[in-house]
Amino acid sequence: MVTETPLAGLHRELGAKFVDFAGVSLPVHFADGILREHLHVRRAAGLFDVSHMGQIAVRGGAVAAALESLSPADFAGLAAGRQRYALFTNDGGGIEDDFMAANAGDYFYLVVNAARKEHDLARMRERIGGDCDIQCLAGRALLALQGPQSAAALAQLAESPAESPQRLTFLGAGEFTLGDVRCFVSRSGYCGEDGFEISLPAADAEQFARRLLGDARVRPAGLGARDSLRVEAGLCLYGSDMDAATNPVEAGLGFAVAKARRPGGARSGGFPGAAVIFDALARGAGRARVGLLPAGRAPVRAGAELVDAAGATVGVATSGTFGASVGGPVAMGYVRAGLQAPGTALGAVVRGKTLPVTVAALPFTAHRHHRTTTT
Amino acid sequence: MSETKFTSDHEWARKENGTAVVGITDYAQEQLGELVFVELPAVGAAVTQGGEAAVVESVKAAGEVKSPLSGTVTEVNTALVDDPGTVNRDAAGAGWIYKMQPSAPQEFDSLLDADAYNALVESAG
Repeated sequence: MVTETPLAGLHRELGAKFVDFAGVSLPVHFADGILREHLHVRRAAGLFDVSHMGQIAVRGGAVAAALESLSPADFAGLAAGRQRYALFTNDGGGIEDDFMAANAGDYFYLVVNAARKEHDLARMRERIGGDCDIQCLAGRALLALQGPQSAAALAQLAESPAESPQRLTFLGAGEFTLGDVRCFVSRSGYCGEDGFEISLPAADAEQFARRLLGDARVRPAGLGARDSLRVEAGLCLYGSDMDAATNPVEAGLGFAVAKARRPGGARSGGFPGAAVIFDALARGAGRARVGLLPAGRAPVRAGAELVDAAGATVGVATSGTFGASVGGPVAMGYVRAGLQAPGTALGAVVRGKTLPVTVAALPFTAHRHHRTTTT
Repeated sequence: MSETKFTSDHEWARKENGTAVVGITDYAQEQLGELVFVELPAVGAAVTQGGEAAVVESVKAAGEVKSPLSGTVTEVNTALVDDPGTVNRDAAGAGWIYKMQPSAPQEFDSLLDADAYNALVESAG
């Protein structure tokens, strides 16, 4: 069954072309098209409807410890009003899902992938449901306002500078009243730009989105631009660039294994697959996620085989698209350990032809998150 | 202008001084979205009706261009290499993809006329 988000009517009005994603009908692009939407996000601000993602509230006295039994992140050390990127791992050291987690004060607020929402909820209820109250926030919409003009545009809806999300720094989070709507806002996103994710009651979402879109700096953007922006930003998509068989170390996500959870750390181990992940941290992985820059104009897409000069298979592309800001095709994939140095020349097999690609450092476009306290 | 005919795969072919010009329809470019890459056939290449002759790619997807007619490629639209968006802006005109010498002119008669093609697109929603 395909469901719609609370903004479906508005999307149609804005000329959206829809695609089914994880059982939800979502705009792949609007009247502007993917290239213009992508560039507008990098230049000004784009508004994405990400209401398909799973929003989950986890409450209870031992929430941090409970979440740490499922994830190698440092939740005990996550201060109220702060958010971080985290992974759920499995016993094989693979990734069950990647998610954002914020300490909202009296609960932890999680945003998980749409396609993994039911799986994550079931697993959390089974494993930590006895210690925590796990609530799926199904009645809430989620909007992502992304781009360098996001802060100024969102500040227009705040009652005062003190009550404005503009005061947040990257990965800060909290409740704000914006245009009479009580929202949970984090300064985060998945485009490599400054931006905000705004959780609000579904019933208020359309009017809220209309107010943001009334600002000339803000234009609607769809899943197509979201994908090309995140590939340029070198960010993984669950199910494409990683899955239940991917070790965080080979995915380049070792940073999501917190210092406190590593060998010798204050709360070392205690998450699924710890031994496997520690082994990969110590000895390295057999393959590595890398950026891939095709030499020509032909996009190299997910599934393309990667070969060395002798034509032997050395890896596979897992994401690939046209990067509007780069002005050419960009891709990511896995290569055999030893081939991950930027500049390494490889081939990608596209429609039976081997096209030259170069291993490139990620991200393709520098991240421009808001890390300072000045606005 | 001479008659333009269409395939159910959303290509068009137009007779022009004994040769045929081939492109994709406005509906096809609309469905694909903004093109970022066009792979042209080689001049002199043999193409067969319904066989892959070129590739057009948008940000999100790649699409085959199947030749509406059999024959030999005589000219390709090299301007598309640097500006694939020409196909989006003028699919039936400046966005032509290749010209060819048909080897079986009767194939042209088997293609859809504008009314039949428009009906097909209408029914596709």
